[in-house]
Amino acid sequence: MTNNTLQNRRWIIAGIFSAFILLYIIRLFSLQIIETKYKAGAESNALLKKTIFPPRGLIYDRNNTLLVYNKPAYDIVLIMREIHDLDTLSLCESLNITKSRFIERIAEIKDRRLNIGYSSYTPQVFMTQLNSEDIATFQQNMYKYHGFYVQNRTLREYTFPNAAHIFGSIGEVSWNDIEKDSYYRQGDYSGRDGVEYTYEKSLRGKKGIEILLRDSKGRIKGKYRDGEMDDPPVAGSNLQLTIDIQLQRIGEELLNGKIGSAVAIEPKTGEILAMITNPGYDPSILVGRVRSKNYTSLVTDPTKPLMNRATQATYSPGSTFKPIQALACLELGGITEKTMFGCSGKVSTPIKCTHSHGSPVTLLNAIEQSCNPYFWQAFRSTIEKDGYGTKNVLFKDNYQKWADVMNSFGLGQRFEDTDIYEQQRGNIPTQNYFNRYFGETGWRALTIRSLSIGQGEILITPLQLANTMAIIANSGYYITPHLNKNDTMLLRKHETAVDTSHFAIVNEGMWRVFEYGTGRYHKIDSLSMCGKTGTVQNNHGKDHSLFVGFAPRENPVIAIAVVVENAGFGATWAAPIASLMMEQYIKGYIKRKDLFERISKAELNPNVKKR
Amino acid sequence: MSKRDNVLYALDWLAVLYFLLLVTMGWLSVYGSSYDFDFEGSIFDFEQRSGKQFVWIITAFVLGGATLLLDHRIFNYFAYIIYFAVILLLILTIFIAPEIKGSRSWLVLGPVSFQPAELAKMATSLALAKYMSQYNYKLKTWKDLIPLALIILLPFTMIILQKETGSALVFVAFLIMLYREGMKGTVLLLLTLAIVLFIVGIKYSIVPITDDINNGTWGLIMAMGLILIIQFVYAFFFNHHRLAALILLGGIIVSSLIMALLNKWWIINFDYVAIIITGVSVLYWLIIELFKRYKKYVYIALISFVSIGFSYAADFLFNKMLEPHQQIRIKVLLNMEDDLTGAGYNVNQSKIAIGSGGFLGKGFLNGTQTKLKYVPEQDTDFIFCTVGEEHGFIGSVLVLLVYWLLLMRILAIAERQREDFHRIYAYCVASILFFHLMINVGMVLGLMPVIGIPLPFFSYGGSSLWGFTIMLFILLKLDASRLERT
Repeated sequence: MTNNTLQNRRWIIAGIFSAFILLYIIRLFSLQIIETKYKAGAESNALLKKTIFPPRGLIYDRNNTLLVYNKPAYDIVLIMREIHDLDTLSLCESLNITKSRFIERIAEIKDRRLNIGYSSYTPQVFMTQLNSEDIATFQQNMYKYHGFYVQNRTLREYTFPNAAHIFGSIGEVSWNDIEKDSYYRQGDYSGRDGVEYTYEKSLRGKKGIEILLRDSKGRIKGKYRDGEMDDPPVAGSNLQLTIDIQLQRIGEELLNGKIGSAVAIEPKTGEILAMITNPGYDPSILVGRVRSKNYTSLVTDPTKPLMNRATQATYSPGSTFKPIQALACLELGGITEKTMFGCSGKVSTPIKCTHSHGSPVTLLNAIEQSCNPYFWQAFRSTIEKDGYGTKNVLFKDNYQKWADVMNSFGLGQRFEDTDIYEQQRGNIPTQNYFNRYFGETGWRALTIRSLSIGQGEILITPLQLANTMAIIANSGYYITPHLNKNDTMLLRKHETAVDTSHFAIVNEGMWRVFEYGTGRYHKIDSLSMCGKTGTVQNNHGKDHSLFVGFAPRENPVIAIAVVVENAGFGATWAAPIASLMMEQYIKGYIKRKDLFERISKAELNPNVKKR
Repeated sequence: MSKRDNVLYALDWLAVLYFLLLVTMGWLSVYGSSYDFDFEGSIFDFEQRSGKQFVWIITAFVLGGATLLLDHRIFNYFAYIIYFAVILLLILTIFIAPEIKGSRSWLVLGPVSFQPAELAKMATSLALAKYMSQYNYKLKTWKDLIPLALIILLPFTMIILQKETGSALVFVAFLIMLYREGMKGTVLLLLTLAIVLFIVGIKYSIVPITDDINNGTWGLIMAMGLILIIQFVYAFFFNHHRLAALILLGGIIVSSLIMALLNKWWIINFDYVAIIITGVSVLYWLIIELFKRYKKYVYIALISFVSIGFSYAADFLFNKMLEPHQQIRIKVLLNMEDDLTGAGYNVNQSKIAIGSGGFLGKGFLNGTQTKLKYVPEQDTDFIFCTVGEEHGFIGSVLVLLVYWLLLMRILAIAERQREDFHRIYAYCVASILFFHLMINVGMVLGLMPVIGIPLPFFSYGGSSLWGFTIMLFILLKLDASRLERT
């Protein structure tokens, strides 16, 4: 190749250089001149985009009673760059704040450590959640305060001072939320817990934008193109809950002065009829400007009113576990319906009986009389059915089968497909747990005997406990308990590992509890009901009082679990509370007024604040 | 001293003018993009980046002026010494540099930090120019390329070890200079082919050809199709071997149809079909070469063979050799992922900033997108956004035109040199400036992957401004000596 041809390559190189620069000019042309989507931004100085907040969806109970609605509120926002000739004194007077508070607040807004997204160009929230009286004077004089604007918002208002944990509350979004979801802007509100959180996306609706024309001095000159480009807000969707607010309120009254919780479920649908936790609080105290103050006092309260005990507290179920224990033993072949075991009453070993009855006992009598020795022997014959085997393998296999049955009842795990945000999983101890604790071959039925009567490591939330009653009421399946009346939960049915044929005898045993056993004083008229009391030892003082049950026996419409912490016998406190709630739900009224008065006035725990 | 010996007389003032224009516009843009509505500081405010940049600019002028005062011969004499000194500095940097944003490329000396990689471009250019300008050196065979490759790869490797992949990639630019000095044009074409195969391989390897994923994806099939088209065009149009080309075409069509038919009964993976067909075509051309003695089919066969391997490995290379953040940048560029909050954020925001500038722009210091810090790295790698937003289409085109004029000027300067050393160095400078411009502006406009290299003379930062200024002024000094009597 001669030097001359090589010299000609300069033109090719110059061509490549020019081609790229030309390509970039074409690209600039298309970005800056042809594409209109970027152009709108160029006019942003002349256009003020005002966000219009949609009303949040309303919340109703299962009978269409309005529970949660909105009231107007106002935020005052400012655009730092537009503030000039401000009469600070007049502004402070109209907003009823001190001048030092004003200076402090401006400094907070400008501090990028506190207000990460601060910009002098965009609206910054100055004061939030004022009511219409608060801003009346301000609005009259607003023309004087350049750069200050009023933004309309809505706040939650509640028909009843109840069900706070079900609703959850609304709070200002965090920077984390803004990063995760670009819908939010600084100063926006979103559901923080409860159904306000779970259904945030449908409740919040869609923000709208109103475009206003603004001259170089920041004065509003009317709507841009007569509102043609405005994006109207879309109101949030309403939410109908499965809750029966009357039942919820009765339940909250009954638990007054006590620490505990009650959960009622419609067995056929898994709909939660009531979910009560006490101590609770009036949901309206966490709305608006009082929120942070009240929130702090709730957080520091030693009785933990913010905790939803129905789903977040776990208890050993004690005797209320016996019906499920019976089902597991029947299914795994440890006993049959006819199996009888001896009971030596108070001198039985290794577990004594707390009731007096004949011996030997049948399964029916054992449930009716809550006979501890029967369930210990049934549990032992179930998990030691095949002996121990080499290295304890056969025994451990049978234990695992037993634990699997328990898991199939929804125990030891969270309900995954539900809309309840805060849940504890409870505990059904695994094989590995005992292996670690006692060694691979170091444990036998005797070692874990507490499990036979629902004590020891077993931990269950009241929601899970109520769900076990729904399972027995349904003779073998459950629909995951949930709070939204209009969802598709019914399509997902969870079968348990226990054959449906085993449920009849347990059902009858629980019926006997109301006819002849510990529940007999709390029967409602001629209604045939099923239930089981529990009196559970614990490390925190007096026994917990528990009750589970469902009614009517033939066609159950309500399954219930009640826990009253450190109250004493199950039959004394939990059983009447459950009975009164079932009466309210089935009959629609409470006839046993005296009982209702006595229970609801009883203040068992002096620390629980009155509402 | 005659007029001819006076550097100010012989200096190419037009190039100096373009340089001054770019530096000034860059400085104003740095002021514009670091300007904050709340602290409306002066452009000379040394707390702000514009004030610091002012210091860098003045010192760059001093360095450039000093370069002009040196004897032009010392650049040739000391080319290797400068080169090895910079290499030593690069090695030193790997060991003593603190880690800043994941790379170890900054030497920190008290209040100032310096990036030696910016000097490596100049030093490597000098070394290449010196080596290639030696008596009787001709760039003819692959063997002649090996020493050059070593000169380039040494600093390249050091910079890779500093985890500055972007700066290292700049060394690819020397291919343009090598092309001017006699490297086969095929090398550039092959590089282009490799890039196209890579992009096709990555972008379409996730698009299945039928509903059944087992039938294979478009990636390999398109790549193989491209190779077969090249074979066909080469044989049919360049070698006028029409019969052989048509036989190949017929064979491809028939075998593809048979496979499509067989797919009714068995699931055929067309990835493999494409590879086998292309493989057979390679054999086909080799046999023709052997028996008919048609020339050069061995090359096309070789290229096809390597391309098959390359396409097949593209996916693997992409997934195994690149860091996840680099993979995402490429995927965003190829529109495979629309990640507007993550890796795509910079580019999207930069497009909005530029796009909102419109025809005339929003005016100096009036850009909202850049001022409100929507665009990250807005005064360094993304500085072109500020120009696009504040000065619009007119301003951006003006800046690109000044770059174009400077590049054309450097090419003209290069071609008027009598000494090879001068010309080769001039082409090195042009290649490097062009590569920076192409990648940086392409990235800001969303046409190139996000590779963090500065816009020459424009971006904030002393190292790059010094590096580019010294590089340019060495060239101007070499050029000014053309009138000197020898």
